[in-house]
Amino acid sequence: MLSTFWQVWVTAIVVGSIIGCGILIMYTSKGMRKEETDETTGHAYDGIEEIDNPLPRWWVFMFWATIVFGLGYLGMYGLGNFKGLVTVTVDGEEVAWSSANQWKAEVQAFDKDIAPLYAKYSATPVEELAKNDEALQTGQRLFKSNCAVCHGSNAKGALGFPNLTDNDWLYGGNPQQLTMTIANGRQGAMPAWEAILGDQGIDDMTAYVRSLSGLKHDEAGAATAAPLFMRNCAICHGADGKGNIMMGAPNLTDDIWLYGGSTKQIEMTLRHGRMGKMPAHKEILGANADAKIHLLVTYVYSLTNK
Amino acid sequence: MSTAIDHPEYNYKVVRQFAIMTVVWGIVGMAAGVFIAAQLAWPALNFDTPWLSFGRLRPLHTNAVIFAFGGCALFATSYYIVQRTCRTRLFSDTLASFTFWGWNLVIVLAAITLPMGITSAKEYAELEWPIDILVALVWVAYVINFLGTLAIRKEKHIYVANWFFAAFMIMIAILYIGNSLAVPVSLTKSYSIYAGTIDAMVQWWWGHNAVGFFLTAGFLGIMYYFVPKQAGRPVYSYRLSIVHFWALISIYVWAGAHHLHYSALPDWAQTSGMVMSLILLAPSWGGMINGMMTLSGAWHKLRTDPVLRFLVVSLSFYGMSTFEGPMMSIKTVNALSHNTDWTIGHVHSGALGWVAMVSIGAMYHLIPVMFGRKASDMYSQGLINVHFWLATIGTVFYIVAMWVNGIMQGLMWRAVNDDGTLTYSFVESVEASYPGYVGRVIGGALFLLGMLVMAYNVYMTVRVAKKEQADAALAQA
Repeated sequence: MLSTFWQVWVTAIVVGSIIGCGILIMYTSKGMRKEETDETTGHAYDGIEEIDNPLPRWWVFMFWATIVFGLGYLGMYGLGNFKGLVTVTVDGEEVAWSSANQWKAEVQAFDKDIAPLYAKYSATPVEELAKNDEALQTGQRLFKSNCAVCHGSNAKGALGFPNLTDNDWLYGGNPQQLTMTIANGRQGAMPAWEAILGDQGIDDMTAYVRSLSGLKHDEAGAATAAPLFMRNCAICHGADGKGNIMMGAPNLTDDIWLYGGSTKQIEMTLRHGRMGKMPAHKEILGANADAKIHLLVTYVYSLTNK
Repeated sequence: MSTAIDHPEYNYKVVRQFAIMTVVWGIVGMAAGVFIAAQLAWPALNFDTPWLSFGRLRPLHTNAVIFAFGGCALFATSYYIVQRTCRTRLFSDTLASFTFWGWNLVIVLAAITLPMGITSAKEYAELEWPIDILVALVWVAYVINFLGTLAIRKEKHIYVANWFFAAFMIMIAILYIGNSLAVPVSLTKSYSIYAGTIDAMVQWWWGHNAVGFFLTAGFLGIMYYFVPKQAGRPVYSYRLSIVHFWALISIYVWAGAHHLHYSALPDWAQTSGMVMSLILLAPSWGGMINGMMTLSGAWHKLRTDPVLRFLVVSLSFYGMSTFEGPMMSIKTVNALSHNTDWTIGHVHSGALGWVAMVSIGAMYHLIPVMFGRKASDMYSQGLINVHFWLATIGTVFYIVAMWVNGIMQGLMWRAVNDDGTLTYSFVESVEASYPGYVGRVIGGALFLLGMLVMAYNVYMTVRVAKKEQADAALAQA
């Protein structure tokens, strides 16, 4: 809300300028010729003369038309603390127009239209809905608008963002687990081991981790690190290195690497740790969020369950 | 042919200097524009080099074309016109010389600091505070010199071109200084004294009036002298010039809020910005009508006079973009056009079609005078004609490419499926824009090519004029 001073100030400038234009037209139209002429005003500047022609009628009409439209528009949409006459329907109530209210009204109207379709989808279990092409298309479009920015438009992920098509799940791939992940988000945390393992320890552990996936590695280093792995890493990644979906700890034996599998990349991961964040989408997705999550789960589920 | 400089009582030196630099900075600024347009089509041209990247070169391009090219054109023409229409020498030669060297120092400093990433991050006001202070000093010197010349005029009345110049320079002084107020934290960094939404509003109060006063009122001053002069006809209506002048300068100031439609700016401020923009249509068109109708009885000259062609086509683009602007300020239209390439197309129909074309026409008129030849007596009329077609086709290419891109982007972004999902992802609209980006490079390159033709023509004109003067001096001896 504007204070009274600013309210008067702004209104005076806006309305005053517009009315001033009207006065200007009327004032300068006094003593104006009716028809076009060749007569000049009598001055010459560097040889340039000016004809005493009247204002073109169509131009004056256009000027007045914009003034009338402008004042009418201010009356409809408001100025300062005056709210204007146009209303929109928000939460079933008629409220004064504002861009925020206009947006709410449009979104609510649309969500209402779409709700029956979403309700139908929500009532169908994921396994069954995954056979419905139209539902999958909607899920894919939701995915492209909301998920593709990290996971890629083909859902194959990127460095630091999981591939959703390879059946390798950090937090599990059944419908319940997927729903949990999308709705509430996930927070992955790999601690930094530099201070605990030391430089040599990091090198050895890198060799051991690579050995788990059958990659080329330094045998002696891997052997040295094996007991260190049991002591420090097995609690999350498991004694066999196959990971644990309860904690989102990746399987280290399948040669699928969220942050890269090269010696250098694994060393980086061990040394400095990693923080992975999947945002919670319950809030982000807005109206019909549960139905949208259901469709997204269905789409993601379908990628590995053809 | 006359070989002596006409009116030796006038200060033509500063006009000559600014006129030559208009051509030079025009080429530099437009070359930067073509390069960054190419970067948008082929991002590899950023070369992973910070000072060659789009983000740093884009402000260099806008500053170079608006303030270096456009600014030099305004200085040259206003100093030329005010002397001739007031029948008096400039108020102060020292101030004139200071504005030339000061302004060009500003441009050089901008060309160094902007690629280095030194910026206040305000659009069209990116220069950091030490350069801002220099700008303010030069500008105040310019205002004093111009108004001083008006004060010592030998004509009873003040010609309309001078009203526009005076309004433009006074408003630019207020707006530039007002918007650039900042708290310095080091020699190369400062923070605006405004915050949040108010900062945005002040920024576009300035930003839109960089268009309204720098690029419109100032260039209408150019138009009001060179169109009647080149056509050899009186100005169509003195009365119209009064009405549209006062309406234009009082309404334009309040139109800037239309840059912030559907933003955090209060709705009523957006609404008033839109209404002011719409009412601006008639005052803007007043200048176009007065210029166009000045040609009645002289239309046949267009067949033979390429300089007049530049001036008349510039008025057409002026009329077109001042119609387009109010339309785009309507919220419903803006909801489609905002943040798309349509905006860039609109700007360039004004910048290339109006500002550059009217400046080029004026330069072709006055540069020969500066070197002792008759008005418009350039080395080659044929090359002016070549330039005219390169510029016109280049502009049309550019704006059509951006219209198509802009409307397509706006439609793709808002397209919604029956199931409530977006039809296109953002990257699909980028992909679809590629042909338009290439089209823009072609259009811009054609325009730049025209400027190179102009540079050659100017160089040859100066050479021929110097030879004529030497010959005449020899004949007299």
